[in-house]
Amino acid sequence: MSVATATMPRGRTLRPQLSSDDMVKRGLMLVISLYLIVALALPLYVLLSKSLSTYQFDLNIFEIQRSDETGTNFSPARTVADLNAEVNAITPDQLNTSSDGRLHVTGLFQDFSFRSPVKYRIRATTDNASFLVGSELKRGKDWVELDSNTFRRVVLRPVSTIGLDNFVSYFSTPALAKSIGNSLLMGVISTVLVIGIAFGLGYALNRSRMPFKSVFRLIVTIPILVPSLLPGIALVYLFGNQGLLKNWMMGYSIYGPIGIVIGSVFFTLPHALLIISTALSVADARHYEAAASLRASKWRTFWTVTVPGARYGIISAAFVVFTMVITDFGLPKVIGGQYNMLAVDIYKQVIGQQNFEMGAVVSVLLLVPAVVAFFVDRAIQKKQVALLSARSVPYDPKPNPGFDWGCFAYCSLIAAFILVMIGVCQLAATVKFWPYDLTLSMRNFRFDLMDGGGWGAYHNSIKMALLTAFFGTVIVFTGAYMVEKSDGFRIGRSMFQFLAMLPMAVPGMVLGLAYIFFFNNPANPLNTIYGTMTILVVCTVTHFYTVSHLTALTALKQMDREFEPVAASLKQPFHKLFFRVTVPVCLPAILDIAIYLFVNAMTTVSAVVFLYSTQTQLASVAVLNMDDAGDIAPAAAMGMMIFYTNVFARLVHGVISRFLLVRTQTWRKR
Amino acid sequence: MRHVTVSEAATPVRSAPDMQGAHPAAADYLAIDNIWKSFGDFLALKGVSLSIKDGEFVCFLGPSGCGKTTLLRAIAGLDLQTLGTIQQAGRDISTLPPSKRDYGIVFQSYALFPNLTIEKNIAFGLENANRPKAEIKARVAELLELVGLSSQAKKYPAQLSGGQQQRIALARAMAVSPGLLLLDEPLSALDAKVRVHLRHEIKELQRKLGVTTIMVTHDQEEALSMADRIVVMNHGVIEQIGTPTEVYRHPKTLFVADFIGETNQFPAKVTDTGRVALGGTDLVCAPHDIAPGSEVTAVIRPVDVIPHSLDGTEQIGTPENLIDVTVDQMEFLGSFWRCRLASPRFGENILVADFSLNAVRRLGIETGGQMRAELPQGRMLVFAKAG
Ligand SMILES: Nc1ncnc2c1ncn2[C@@H]1O[C@H](COP(=O)(O)OP(=O)(O)O)[C@@H](O)[C@H]1O
Ligand SMILES: [Mg+2]
Repeated sequence: MSVATATMPRGRTLRPQLSSDDMVKRGLMLVISLYLIVALALPLYVLLSKSLSTYQFDLNIFEIQRSDETGTNFSPARTVADLNAEVNAITPDQLNTSSDGRLHVTGLFQDFSFRSPVKYRIRATTDNASFLVGSELKRGKDWVELDSNTFRRVVLRPVSTIGLDNFVSYFSTPALAKSIGNSLLMGVISTVLVIGIAFGLGYALNRSRMPFKSVFRLIVTIPILVPSLLPGIALVYLFGNQGLLKNWMMGYSIYGPIGIVIGSVFFTLPHALLIISTALSVADARHYEAAASLRASKWRTFWTVTVPGARYGIISAAFVVFTMVITDFGLPKVIGGQYNMLAVDIYKQVIGQQNFEMGAVVSVLLLVPAVVAFFVDRAIQKKQVALLSARSVPYDPKPNPGFDWGCFAYCSLIAAFILVMIGVCQLAATVKFWPYDLTLSMRNFRFDLMDGGGWGAYHNSIKMALLTAFFGTVIVFTGAYMVEKSDGFRIGRSMFQFLAMLPMAVPGMVLGLAYIFFFNNPANPLNTIYGTMTILVVCTVTHFYTVSHLTALTALKQMDREFEPVAASLKQPFHKLFFRVTVPVCLPAILDIAIYLFVNAMTTVSAVVFLYSTQTQLASVAVLNMDDAGDIAPAAAMGMMIFYTNVFARLVHGVISRFLLVRTQTWRKR
Repeated sequence: MRHVTVSEAATPVRSAPDMQGAHPAAADYLAIDNIWKSFGDFLALKGVSLSIKDGEFVCFLGPSGCGKTTLLRAIAGLDLQTLGTIQQAGRDISTLPPSKRDYGIVFQSYALFPNLTIEKNIAFGLENANRPKAEIKARVAELLELVGLSSQAKKYPAQLSGGQQQRIALARAMAVSPGLLLLDEPLSALDAKVRVHLRHEIKELQRKLGVTTIMVTHDQEEALSMADRIVVMNHGVIEQIGTPTEVYRHPKTLFVADFIGETNQFPAKVTDTGRVALGGTDLVCAPHDIAPGSEVTAVIRPVDVIPHSLDGTEQIGTPENLIDVTVDQMEFLGSFWRCRLASPRFGENILVADFSLNAVRRLGIETGGQMRAELPQGRMLVFAKAG
């Protein structure tokens, strides 16, 4: 038989007829793709194009005629540039402006008076030129005749050009460009410190027989449950101008790099530990036995076996930490002082100076390292997974009192650091006036007396977190199911995967600003959600989409691939399988996604800080605003409210998970 | 020396009942016509055609990666073939989605729903809006009875052994009384003892229900013992379709001969008289149509070699292809002796032969001894050299 040479006859390849299930699945995937496009891709696109748009007044494209006192005899038409050449009423640096730029023209006529009977005619000479009369937009080459009083209300509008001008002006402003170096420096220093500390912790937790491991594990997760503003506030109380331990600073100020680094260590530590601990816990005991049989010294074993085994975890954790530090906004806002960081610059440009284009430029700059870190991390994750799936024997450490107690001391030190930071906030929140009057008082919790939204902000946060947890979990899990458990439609599925991974690379500040550009545009029909709870929920779900999506995928990948074919062969619709089998089996993962979204919705500041309105103030933003207004103790109190709420949510999650585990262990055991 | 061993021992072939007899003049239930399947540049199926009769038990047999699962999945509509048509019960199902086809399927993993009890697993396909609860219950009970697991109804899959899970998967697939049963390596995850036992059970069940069945396997013993017809596949093409005895006795290609049962293979040449020349000896062989002078491979199975003593007292009739040999090595394999026989006529090659304990005792065969080996002409197969 001429097997080797067989070639397929030419002909139309078959296309499958789709079942109604296939249609529904594709429809759902499409809906969720659309969600991600609207909530992520389009805003980012608008942000990018904003960063490339510059606005200038072009004085050559407007012409003005002026009448005499009778209001009937008009002088010949002259361009505004021409008129300005004589009087220099408009300076060259006035010509560079923003998308909102408006330029009055009465200054061109030195004897202008709004009471004068003199009339003016004005027109544009190109199609892209426009000007406002009051609030009425005028375009086109027809003359518009106005009396003096109305002419007073004429403003020219700038024309936009696409180019790198914004970036050029960014880099030629030293005060701004310096932030890049600052952010990178803080990122590198914090990363090195955190990875060192986390590796030590991970090593102690996985490789020693020290007591109280689970207590330490619990303490180290605390920073996840508070906004990143809180370590800043704690540092202010400890080392700030009236700080308890101010003289520990030996004359240096906590406001600036020192504060940023210490705070960053605090809030990134749990994330680094989680990744490194996973890498260390999968280490293969066989390598250690081999090393022992070769009589390798402890130190050599550490460098030749332990570190290489965990290298992917270490690299991955480093990228995660680095990205978190440079994109975080809350901490440098509170403790950064005059030390500018990129994320804070975005806030200052947008909220402080209303310079949206420059905000967009900084956002794009912030996006670069985050995207690079994202791709490196993805590449490494793949290798790590390959390492994980190899069959290995778990390493079981042997007791070694000296080493174990060393580990215990080390972990105690780290735990103390975390507990002190939280404890300080707790104290500051519940005493009258730290550190002068330490009598217990609840007055810092009377949020309604402060700016920032009061208790309403707290209730909004709870509502937002619940909505985010609910809708986020539904959207994420459904999307992950459709992409993982449907056949064909390759292009659609890989596009969806890409969209789902993208949020990880987008810093919160960037997302928030992109939302302003996209949703706060009157031309956008979705404009109606601007300033509502909906946009906060949409933003938060999108912001934390990737990790949730990966959690769902991991759970779904563990489900037998043949469930769907079996159900189809039994003529049962996929939704029956989905609700009767997939969801119950994946329930632990679903609950994990929900709690993850809830906790992050409670603590997030960066994206929502641009998006809340007076009706939708949030607790985490209230912490920021109260701190900004100098109400530090109430800010700490609100931060602690977030902490209590998250602890409570975690407890509820833990109880439900435990209950489920007990109830389902008959069929879970393998 | 070239001797190919496929499995532990040559299996005595139990001839399966001839299905043409059991279902006289049954029409083709499944007609597969010129199926091609490509994965990018790789062709997993290259023009596969076959038809299966109503009630037949067919095995797709071939080495791993030859395209058996791909063909089964095409029939199930799980992985659409690139080209070609499939008809089931006179209906063109080539491009239908799985839910519009009529089959039950059992995967290698069984794919039992872990969070549903055995009962609920079996009832999964029965639960339709208009079917009364009592009827479902009765049908589930009936199926549990059928697979002999009535006492396990309330248990979860994880609480059952592999063999029991396998039977539950079978019961679930059969619950909706499909016209076609598809089994993809249903026994390969089980240990040897259970496997042999379940072979009979599945075959028994299939006979009882009369459902047309396709089973994919790479285990020749499984295929030989269960199938009415075997479809031997290799590299995406069908090498041969036939009853177990046909593919064993009359393999159409060297691949089939080699894959099913064991073979001795000798390079040889066809003589002018149509015999084969093997190391200076002309041997008579089964009829063939290969041109004189062609390079061929002569094949005989170890079990087909007949032992004779040197003085020829054992001769009955007029044996042909008698060769004087030296017993080079003997290996006791329980129910027979495996002997490696050398002769100057084979050159470097060794003839492997399986002799019964009886024959060894009777003829006094021993290592280093001399004897005669008969290569019966009907069992001497000749295949043209590939390429
Ligand atoms: N989805 C796929 N993509 C690419 N190649 C595949 C795919 N599925 C199967 N193949 C290839 O097709 C060939 C036949 O596979 P399969 O039908 O599973 O073999 P088997 O006979 O062992 O069941 C193998 O070489 C396999 O690697
Ligand atoms: Mg297979």
